[in-house]
Amino acid sequence: MNTVKFSLLAIFAAFVLLIFAHWLKLDYFYFAGYTILQFIVMATAWNILGGYCGYVNFGSAAFFALGAYASVFLHKTYPLPVPILMVVGALVSGIVGLGTGYLTLRLRGAFFSIATLAMAVVLQTLVVNWDYVGGSRGAYIIRPETVEIGGLTINYIEYLFILMVALAVLALVTAQSIEHSQLGYGFATIRDDELAAEASGVPTLRLKLIATTLSGAFMGMAGAPFPYYIGYLQPQSAFGLEYAVNSIAMPMIGGTTSWVGPLIGSILLGSLQQLATVTISSAVNLLIVGLLLVGFVIIAPNGLIGLVQERLRARRRS
Amino acid sequence: MDFSTLDLLLNAIVAGLLLGGFYAAVTVGVSISFGILDIVNIAHPAFVILGSYLAYFININVGIDPVIVSLVALPVFYALGGAVYQIYYFSFERRGQEALRGLAFFFGLLFVTEVSLILVFGVDYRYVEASYIGPSLHFGFIDVPLRMLVPCVIALALFGALELFVSRSFLGRAIMAVSQDQLALQLMAADPIRIKRIAFGISIATASIAGALLIIIQPIEPSVGRDYIGRVFAICVLGGLGSLPGSLIAAMLLGMVESLTSTFYGPSWSPAVSFGFLLLTLAFRPAGLLGR
Repeated sequence: MNTVKFSLLAIFAAFVLLIFAHWLKLDYFYFAGYTILQFIVMATAWNILGGYCGYVNFGSAAFFALGAYASVFLHKTYPLPVPILMVVGALVSGIVGLGTGYLTLRLRGAFFSIATLAMAVVLQTLVVNWDYVGGSRGAYIIRPETVEIGGLTINYIEYLFILMVALAVLALVTAQSIEHSQLGYGFATIRDDELAAEASGVPTLRLKLIATTLSGAFMGMAGAPFPYYIGYLQPQSAFGLEYAVNSIAMPMIGGTTSWVGPLIGSILLGSLQQLATVTISSAVNLLIVGLLLVGFVIIAPNGLIGLVQERLRARRRS
Repeated sequence: MDFSTLDLLLNAIVAGLLLGGFYAAVTVGVSISFGILDIVNIAHPAFVILGSYLAYFININVGIDPVIVSLVALPVFYALGGAVYQIYYFSFERRGQEALRGLAFFFGLLFVTEVSLILVFGVDYRYVEASYIGPSLHFGFIDVPLRMLVPCVIALALFGALELFVSRSFLGRAIMAVSQDQLALQLMAADPIRIKRIAFGISIATASIAGALLIIIQPIEPSVGRDYIGRVFAICVLGGLGSLPGSLIAAMLLGMVESLTSTFYGPSWSPAVSFGFLLLTLAFRPAGLLGR
C-alpha cells in the first residue's frame, strides 16, 4: 500500500471513530479512548527505534514526561493552545533524544538502553527539585470546560480526544511510510547486522540519530496534552515505569516488524488494562502487562503478527 | 574553610567511602553478568530487593540477623540465577536474539518482581532490627555509624572472595575464558553454557548478600531498586567492563561524589550524580578506568 492511500484510509478511519464517539456522547469513552490512543502513539514511537532499528529504549516515560512538563512550564509562563504545546513537546523530547543518542549510540546497543533507563531517573530528579513546575508536590492544571474552534463549541475532553486521534494517525502514517522508504531499509540493515551495514556504506550513526529523534519527538507529543487530561501532574505519575513497560510490551506483544504490531498490541493491552483497572486493581493490571511481556518474548518472539503469519504459512504449505 | 565545613567535608568523605563499599557489593553481580558474561541483566537490582525482602521477612518473623539469612539463602539465589540463565539461553542467546528480546525479557522480569513485591508487601518502607543498627563509633569529630561500617566490611569481604575466586580458582579462570573466547573453551572440551550458568548463578547469589546489606543501610520499598540500575551500570562502565578491581574503585568514587553532593546540595540531587558519571564515561572513556 503506498503512503497516500494509507494516509487517506487512516484519516477516514479516524473520522469514523470521531463521529462514532460524538454520537455515543459518553465521557468515559473519551477518557478511556484517550489513554488507548496515547498508548498507540507511544508504542508506535518506541517501535520506530526498537522494532525497526533494534535499539531498546527503556526511557519512554522520560520522553513522555518531558513533553508533559514542557506543557506545565508553558502553562505557567505563557499559556498556548494545546496543538502548539504538542509541537513544543516534540521539539524538547526530540532534542533530548538526539543528545542521548549522540552520546551513546556510537557504542554497543546495550549502553544506549542503560543510558535511557538512567536518564529517566535523572530527569525525574531534576523535575522533583524544580519548584516552578510543582516539584515533588505536583502541579495543578485547571482544564477549561469547553474550547471554541471556528465558532464551534467543543467539550474539552472531546477536543483532547480529537487531538490524540490526529496524533495517532500522524504516528501511524509516519511509521508506515518509513517502512517502505530508503530510511526504513536503512533501519532494517542496522537491526539485522550493523557491522555489515556500516561496511557497505550505510550511514548507521546518522540513521540511528534520525530514529531516536523521531521516536523521542512522538513521545514528547504524546505527553504534551497529558497535564490537561489528568488535571494534576506529579513526577511519580509522569515518570511512572508503567509508561516505559507499556511502550515496550505493546509492540513486543503485537509484533515489532511493522506498524500493525504496535497498533494491535496497544489496542488489546490498552483495553485489557482499562478493564482490569476498573474491575481488579491497578497493581494487578501492571503485573499482567509484565507477565505478558515476559511470556511473549519467550514463547512468541515475533508477537501476535508472527503467530498469524506462521499459521498462514503452515496452511499454505499443507 | 572554617572548622564546621571541614568537619562536614571529612564526614561526607568517610560516609562516601563506606557507601562506596556497599555499592561495590551491589555492583559485583553485574560486573560478572554484564562485564564478563555479556548478559545485560538490568533486573539485577530487582534480585537485590528480593534479597532485602527475604532478609526482612525472616528477621521480623524469626529474628535472625539479616546477614545470616542472606548467607543461608545463597544456594536459593544461586539456583534462581541458574534457572534464569537457562531460560535466557534457550529463548534468546541460542537464537541470537539477546539484543532486543533479551533486554525486554530482563526488563519484564524487573517489572514483574517489583509489582509482585508491591502486591505482597505494599509500598510502605520496611526495615530490619539488629544490634549494630543505631550506634556509631567516634574518631575525633568523625562519626562512623555501624550500620554503614558493617555492610562496607562485609561487602569488601565478598568482593575480595570473588576476586580471588575469579583470578585463582580453576572455575573462575574458566569463567574469564568464556568471556574471551567461547569457541576455544569448547575446543578444550569444556561446556561454555555450563560455565556461564554457574557464573550467572554466582552473580545472582551476590544479590542475596547485597540485599541484606541494603536493608541494613536504609529502609526499603519495592521501587528502591530502580535507583540502583543507573548506579550499578555507571559503576560497572566507569570501572571498565569485566574488571573487578576497577569496579571497586569506581564504586568508592561514586559513593564519595554522591555523599558530597547530598551533604552540600541536598539528598534529592544524589540520584543525578550516577547518570552524570555514566554519560561522561560513555562520552569520553567508554573503556572505563581499568578497561581491557
